[in-house]
Amino acid sequence: MHGLINRAIQSFVCATYGRQCWLRATRAAGLDFDEFEAMLIYEADISARLLDVLCADLKRPKSEFLEDLGTYLVSHPNMEDLRRLLRFGGVTYVEFLHSLDDLSDRVRLAVSDLKLPDLELQEFSPAEYRLHCFAGLPGYSSVMTGVLRAMADDYGALVILSNDGGKGEAEVISIRLIESAFAEGRHFDLGARKS
Amino acid sequence: MIGAKDLGALLDTLCPMFVLVDDTGRISQVGPTLQKLRPRTPMAGQNFLDIFELLRPRSITALPALLSTPGTKLHLRFQDAPQTAFKGLIAPLPCGGGAVVNLSFGISILDAVRDYALTSADFSGTDLAVELLYLVEAKSAAMAASRSLNLRLQGAKLAAEEQAYTDTLTGLKNRRAMDHLLGHLISMKSSFALMHLDLDFFKSVNDRLGHAAGDYVLQQAAKIMLEETRNDDTVARVGGDEFVLIFKGMTDLEKLSGIAGRLIAHLCEPMQFEGSACGISASIGIALSTQFDEPKAMDILHAADLALYAAKRNGRARHRFYSELSDAGHTD
Repeated sequence: MHGLINRAIQSFVCATYGRQCWLRATRAAGLDFDEFEAMLIYEADISARLLDVLCADLKRPKSEFLEDLGTYLVSHPNMEDLRRLLRFGGVTYVEFLHSLDDLSDRVRLAVSDLKLPDLELQEFSPAEYRLHCFAGLPGYSSVMTGVLRAMADDYGALVILSNDGGKGEAEVISIRLIESAFAEGRHFDLGARKS
Repeated sequence: MIGAKDLGALLDTLCPMFVLVDDTGRISQVGPTLQKLRPRTPMAGQNFLDIFELLRPRSITALPALLSTPGTKLHLRFQDAPQTAFKGLIAPLPCGGGAVVNLSFGISILDAVRDYALTSADFSGTDLAVELLYLVEAKSAAMAASRSLNLRLQGAKLAAEEQAYTDTLTGLKNRRAMDHLLGHLISMKSSFALMHLDLDFFKSVNDRLGHAAGDYVLQQAAKIMLEETRNDDTVARVGGDEFVLIFKGMTDLEKLSGIAGRLIAHLCEPMQFEGSACGISASIGIALSTQFDEPKAMDILHAADLALYAAKRNGRARHRFYSELSDAGHTD
C-alpha cells in the first residue's frame, strides 16, 4: 500500500482522535514504528490491520470511518493542497464529477506509483448521477462518498449521496444534485501560491 | 469570405488571446483574456509594437515586415510592467489587409495567473494551461513529501555515523574515527602530534573490584583526558585501556611534554569507586608527523607505540618521545 494512503489515515486519526489514539493503534496492530513515510511503499496487510484495530478501538463501522476520512481529506486545513488539486477538476460541481473519470490518471501523472481504482461517472439526468468505483482498494467507495460530500460543500452545491454498495464488479455511489449553487462555496484561486 | 467582425467573434471563442492587426501594424481587435491583462488600456486602435516588445526575431523592427514571414515563432513581452512574456504566432489574413497574432503565456503562465487573477474561464477549453497548473502543484506536493523523507533520512544517517565513530562506554571517539582522522590529516599534509596512552594497573582494578569499577575508571580517565586537551584535539579509545590523542598543528616538544605531564599527574590522583580506592597511572609515548618524510598512519602509530613501551620500561607514569629513542628516524 502506498505510503500516501497510510499517511492519510495517520493524519486523519491524529487530527480527529488525537496522537494517543494513533499510537495505541500502531501498537495494537503490531507495527514497530508509528510514522508512515508518504513516499515509501508498505505491505498491504499493514493498512488492513490498522483499519481493523482503529474501527474496533473507536467502535465505529469501517464504512463510516472511511467516509469521515474522505471528508477530512478535502475539508481539513491540513489537506488544503489536496483540495486544490481536486478543484482543478472543474469550475462547477458537475464538471468536477465528470473529471473523476480521469482521477486515477491524474494521480498517476503526479505520483507514478500511486495506483487508485478507476472511477466512471454515469449521467442519468442533469441532476442524477452514479459513480462506479472499480475494485482494487477495499473501502475506496466509502472514502469517495466522503470526498464527494465535502467537495459539494466546497463548491456550494446541495447533494444527496448514497453508497449503494457492490453491483457487479464495481461499488456504486448515487448522487442527486438538488441545487448546484446552494451556498457560496469556498474560494478557489488558480494562481494561489504558498509564500 | 468571413468579415472582420465575425472573425473576431470566432477568435474570441477559439483563442481568447488573439490580436487582429491591420497591414500598418495597428491593432483592430484583441481577445478578452488578453484585454483582461491591461483592463485600463484598451488595446484596439494602438500600435502593436507600442504595447508589445518584440524580443525575437530581433531583426524585425516594424510589423509589416513580419507579415511577409508567416508561421514565424515570436517571443514578445509587454512594454510596461509587469512585463509578462508571451509566445506568439502570426498568420496573415488570406485576403490581405492584416494578420492574426495568437499569443500564449508559455512558461510565464505561473506568474500570469497570479498577477492577473486568471480563472479557468479565461482559457479556451482546449488550452492545457489548467492541466499545467495542476501538474505543477501536484508535483510540488509530491516533491515536498520526498524532500521531507530525504531530510529525515539524512538526520538518521548523521546519527548513525556519529554512533559508528563513538566509543559507547566513554563517549570518546573510537578506533574507526581515529583511523579516519589520521587518514584525513595525512592527505591534507597537516602536521600533528600523536600520543599513545596506556593506563597502568587498570587490569588489577578490574580483577580486584570487578567490571563496574573498571568501567568507572575508564569513564573518569576519559573525562580527565578531555579536560586536559583542547576542543580541536581528538581523544580516542582504541583498545581496552589504550587511548590515542591527536593534537592537530602542534609540534612543540615542550608544550607536548607539559600536556603529557599534566595528563599523567591527573590520572594518578586516587579515584574512589563505592568506597574502594582504585589507583591507576598512565604511560605515554609521543610521535610527531613531522619526523617522517612521508608520514603514514601505520608508521606514526608504530613510532608512538615504541615510545610508549620505552616509557613503560623506564618505570611507568612517565612519557617518552619517539625522537629520543635510539632508533628514531629509522622506521622499520
